[in-house]
Amino acid sequence: MTHSTHRRGFMAGAGALALATPSLAQGAAGRVVVIGGGFAGATVARAIKAMDARVAVTLVEPNATFTACPFSNEVIVGLRGIEAQQFGYDGVRKAGVEVIVDTASAVDAEACVVTLAGGARLAYDRLVIAPGVDIAWGALPGYTPEAAEIMPHAWKAGAQTLLLRAQLEAMEDGGVVVISAPANPYRCPPGPYERASLIAWYLKTRKPKSKLLLLDAKDAFSKQKLFQNAWKELYPNLEWVSLSSGGKVVSVDPAGLVLETEFGKHKANVANVIPPQRAGAIAAAAGVADRSGWCPMDPVTFESTLRKNIHVIGDAAIAGAMPKSAFAANAQAKACAAAIVALLNGRAPAEPLLLNTCYSVAAPEYGFSVAGVYRPAKGLLNEVAGSGGASPVDAPEATRALEARLANGWYNTITAEVFG
Amino acid sequence: MRFSALAALIAALAIPGFARAADAPAGALSCSGCHPGAAGVDTPAVRLVGLPATDIESAMRAYKSGARAATIMDRIAKGLGDDEIAAIAAWYASQPK
Ligand SMILES: Cc1cc2nc3c(=O)[nH]c(=O)nc-3n(C[C@H](O)[C@H](O)[C@H](O)COP(=O)(O)OP(=O)(O)OC[C@H]3O[C@@H](n4cnc5c(N)ncnc54)[C@H](O)[C@@H]3O)c2cc1C
Ligand code: HEC
Repeated sequence: MTHSTHRRGFMAGAGALALATPSLAQGAAGRVVVIGGGFAGATVARAIKAMDARVAVTLVEPNATFTACPFSNEVIVGLRGIEAQQFGYDGVRKAGVEVIVDTASAVDAEACVVTLAGGARLAYDRLVIAPGVDIAWGALPGYTPEAAEIMPHAWKAGAQTLLLRAQLEAMEDGGVVVISAPANPYRCPPGPYERASLIAWYLKTRKPKSKLLLLDAKDAFSKQKLFQNAWKELYPNLEWVSLSSGGKVVSVDPAGLVLETEFGKHKANVANVIPPQRAGAIAAAAGVADRSGWCPMDPVTFESTLRKNIHVIGDAAIAGAMPKSAFAANAQAKACAAAIVALLNGRAPAEPLLLNTCYSVAAPEYGFSVAGVYRPAKGLLNEVAGSGGASPVDAPEATRALEARLANGWYNTITAEVFG
Repeated sequence: MRFSALAALIAALAIPGFARAADAPAGALSCSGCHPGAAGVDTPAVRLVGLPATDIESAMRAYKSGARAATIMDRIAKGLGDDEIAAIAAWYASQPK
């Protein structure tokens, strides 16, 4: 984290002010409860306070410390410590948000009440559900919570990230690392390919006789040309097996460290299974997830199309062309906050304009990006024609290095805004 | 009113650098994914807060037309209308530094 002294002093002042917030209760313009303190939830909570401090905002999050996924691939290969991924909620509290460390266990959408695992009941005028993803246990035969302790997914950052790192470190040179990538949609479309690149970098520099096999349930993926160019240039040790070449993993056997595809079996020394996902369980419990496991919502207000007064943002939402990224979660959260503040004040919400950018690093000093501009159209968020797209395929080394630095800058910027 | 003055102060601090978040035009709050609102963040992307509106506007138009070289801003600017660019530029210029 990059806090200058100036910034720390600034936030201390904010803290002193926040102590006075209860006196505002009489003038409150409504009560908002936010479930989930990730990129979407923490952002919407403080953005609402920024737009109308009279609104009482309560954020429910089970972890006192948040562990961020972006850049966790660098943790796996030892380029970064896990501490660089971790953030507390002091900044969110200082913004005037009440933070409750607990899990939301039920939502009564009729009575407008959230029940917490600890027993507390929170009434709301507007509820925001931002639980991110859960692993769709049962969707990949053999892949259970116990199997994930042997074949980590590392798709939620924290203990899983460190487990995969420890397995890579313990592997003898000459081993085979197998990664399986899921079909769409899932959290962070370019994430499996960034991970494959960085693990290939790790093997090349530390365990040069080892190989990486990337089994994919897709024939096409995000920033494909850029990744494939990087692989051709840097990683002869990496083999990508597409869906049509038999890459789809249909079952796993943790005891034998075997991944079975439609075409055969692959024995791994280290297996990283990135499994199918769905919206965090509370979304289904609240009735805002549809049969796909994800949450349809209105692209102007982010209000669920299934339950009134409940908004869904971030990875859990069906956001049309917008990918499931931390950048998108943060952008959606700020637009959702504006809509909620407008609705609470009896104004019509304005049409949002949203951006997304996902940086990937294929090696240290080798970065590239994909960007998009989005507007509501026909009930979804559509990409504006003629805008966005990926970095040029033929960019010089200096541009790749600059984009790698910009990737770091993006992470510092977004985490400062959300948790700083 | 004492309450509303205090509320305004808290609002000013809830997202550092965004004193007038409530008036932000469409798209403006997405820019801070990369351009920090707060001072002191370690990134090559400059703070837009408090820059003159004409500077932001002319830079955006140049990115949009391709006249100014960019790693990313060309791809972003092409998705924005000129009126939207003008509104975003005016809003950033109006934010206290
Ligand atoms: C390896 C990897 C790399 C990535 N790299 C990037 C990147 O470079 N750029 C990028 O933009 N994105 C990246 N992402 C994607 C990014 O991490 C997600 O898109 C982002 O975290 C989504 O934000 P969210 O708020 O929806 O979910 P999260 O950030 O996961 O937050 C959800 C929160 O909700 C909480 N929660 C869940 N259920 C409950 C409940 N019942 N009650 C209370 N709280 C609950 C959880 O504890 C969690 O803290 C990456 C992801 C991975 C896995
Ligand atoms: C993904 C990160 C990202 C996002 C999002 C982004 N910018 Fe930028 N911006 C940059 C970078 C990087 C540069 C430097 C030029 C380049 O490499 O593209 C830049 C440069 C600029 C400049 C020129 C600054 C100067 O004086 O040198 C302006 C103005 C600007 N951006 C405005 C905006 C506006 C307005 C938005 C929102 C609509 C926005 N940017 C969104 C990354 C971003």
